[in-house]
Amino acid sequence: MGNPGTRVQVTVGLSSCGIAAGAAAVMRAFEREFAERGVDARLKRTGCIGMCYREPIVDVEVPGLPRQTYGGVTADQVGRIVEEHIEGGKPVDEWVVRAEGRELPDEAYYSSQVRLVLRNAGVIDPESIDEYIETGGYKALERATTEMTPEAVIQEIKDAGLRGRGGAGFPSGVKWELARRQPGNEKYVIVNADEGDPGAFMDRSILEGDPHAVLEGLAIAAYAIGATEGYFYVRAEYPLAVKRLELAIADAHERGFLGDDLFGTGTSLHVQVKEGAGAFVCGEETALIASIEGERGMPRLRPPYPAAKGLWGKPTNINNVETYANVPWIIMNGAAAYAAYGTDTSKGTKVYALAGKITRGGLVEVPMGMTIREVVNDVGGGVPGEHEFKAVQLGGPSGGCLPAELIDTPVDYESLTKTGAIMGSGGMVVMDDTTCMVDIARFFLKFTQDESCGKCTFCRIGTKRMLEILERICAGEGREGDVERLEELGKSIVTSSLCGLGQSAPNPVLTTILYFRDEYDAHIKEKRCPAHACRPLLTYGIDPENCTGCALCVKVCPVGAISGDRKEVHVIDQDVCTKCDACRQVCRFDAVTVR
Amino acid sequence: MERVAVRDEGTDDHVEVVDEVAREYAGRRGALIPLLQKVQSRIGYLSIDAMERIAERAGVPAAQVFGVATFYSQFRLAPVGRHIVKVCHGTACHVQGALAITEAITNELGVEGEGTTADGEFTIESVACLGCCSLAPVIMVDEDTFGRLTPDEARKIVKNYGD
Repeated sequence: MGNPGTRVQVTVGLSSCGIAAGAAAVMRAFEREFAERGVDARLKRTGCIGMCYREPIVDVEVPGLPRQTYGGVTADQVGRIVEEHIEGGKPVDEWVVRAEGRELPDEAYYSSQVRLVLRNAGVIDPESIDEYIETGGYKALERATTEMTPEAVIQEIKDAGLRGRGGAGFPSGVKWELARRQPGNEKYVIVNADEGDPGAFMDRSILEGDPHAVLEGLAIAAYAIGATEGYFYVRAEYPLAVKRLELAIADAHERGFLGDDLFGTGTSLHVQVKEGAGAFVCGEETALIASIEGERGMPRLRPPYPAAKGLWGKPTNINNVETYANVPWIIMNGAAAYAAYGTDTSKGTKVYALAGKITRGGLVEVPMGMTIREVVNDVGGGVPGEHEFKAVQLGGPSGGCLPAELIDTPVDYESLTKTGAIMGSGGMVVMDDTTCMVDIARFFLKFTQDESCGKCTFCRIGTKRMLEILERICAGEGREGDVERLEELGKSIVTSSLCGLGQSAPNPVLTTILYFRDEYDAHIKEKRCPAHACRPLLTYGIDPENCTGCALCVKVCPVGAISGDRKEVHVIDQDVCTKCDACRQVCRFDAVTVR
Repeated sequence: MERVAVRDEGTDDHVEVVDEVAREYAGRRGALIPLLQKVQSRIGYLSIDAMERIAERAGVPAAQVFGVATFYSQFRLAPVGRHIVKVCHGTACHVQGALAITEAITNELGVEGEGTTADGEFTIESVACLGCCSLAPVIMVDEDTFGRLTPDEARKIVKNYGD
């Protein structure tokens, strides 16, 4: 949405991340400043702009001037931006991170992205249905219901090659067709927004930034399948997404995009939001259905698949947020335009949540098949500081860690599966030489072990046994044969679990053993953690060469383990030291050593 | 999902709250979880009395209500502190030092690991992911999220809530 032309427009990114970084205070500061100075400007909110590393982000459009984006804005800076840029017509260059017509370093973040799903995120006001409509919103639903048969819609989705973005990558058109072919009039469509992978925030950002796109995609799916009721199953930890979604549903209902007799075609759809109650396993579709039905979210044996027997025993289609968000674009632009992006078997784009040890972390959307190197280095700007890229974790607790040697792997469903990782829902956490891969394996297994619903023995007890072994290794009590035992247990859990949670729970362990076996050996045989992350294996000391005797470390040590008078070299009592790292963080002379 | 059930009998108020909330959901399919969520948002946790009443009103065995309440991590079976501090231990926060954040906060408040402070002011919880991974490490105090923290900043934030 460009500047209307004559009026100043200031846009503030108000997603959860932005708000956490202080965007709400920045918004208030603009309000105050405009009121005090009598500036006539339009102040609007938008969702996630994607440059999470620059939050809070403010876009300023002054008629006659190129659009400028400010990053890391604080409430204190607002006065100067209003005075110099909006009133004076001279942008505050040193705070600008992106500007039309200027080649700033942050441009690289966007230049290789293709934003189809995120087309409106960070552009429109997610709480305004009018802004969505202005971008062509709900035209796809109108076209589908008035100009296309349900079969033609399904064919379009199949031709586009759209595959499930929740992880497994099942062709969406085929899924819809299975549900379409089931007899009966009572059918359901569900949006899986139970984004539980730690390190993933794609679905939250899409819902917060462009809720109508998901709603429109859902409505198109409902038409294609013949469903009249829809559900959003949203994680309870996402209150802002729930709020914006409920508003979107109410507005769409009022405008006749939901409800009865849509576009005079006789089709109807009623949608409601169900808040999850905190169970990772509910990301699995049969568990999610059980949860909507008010039961413990435990997976059911498939087949029958939800397409045949889902919610309340009726045919049901479940796709995740991003999958549905692709649908309106495909209907409006055609299958061929969509399939022009991506590889032979993985079409279109994929949204990633880029986080961890990365310079430019945020929400990115790139064509399928781009290599990890391009995503991490070109888009993300690589690992910050002097550290080295060590691995990237894909797919969360169900995925795996890929080492630097595999950095040229294209990110598509098949290539990733070959490496032992999975596409997953799009979490991409970058790790450097300070990350211990055994600790990461332990971390993920602790998560899946906690979240195992308990139905399958191997998942329930097997993950527990694996976790015990990993905890022992990280504590410096690893034994010969531990790695083999982990592999054996891992393989058994994969083959003996009913659902995706168990079947993939050992992946983080198995991939780290495959690619980082030397780190396991260092822990077990040499009682050494090469990344200096496993505390019981560390020894803190003070380098007498560098220590100035400033006593800062003596003061911060929570257990009183450091002794030594002022101006004398300090000493750490190894029996008392808890290895909390406080002394190293506070030392200004690099005198605290870790081995 | 390990959790210790504290037997808390609740009071008559809890029964009244359940009755009130249950009226809203009468006749709705799959209403048990929203019912539990609503009751918990009213009284802060789920007491035995409340759960037994929910079972009566929903027409399901109390064991089923208890089964659901203990399955989902959102439900609490014991009263919580005035402020809830959620320390994110998602992947991004983990690699950015979430453990040190938890330690700083628990040291500040004088509790061991997770739990509620003796004065009932704070409940400290570890959560899997708050979804603000680019701002890692992150904590959430009540409804407010704070990111890009150092252990010292986390300590100060929590301290401010205590006043």
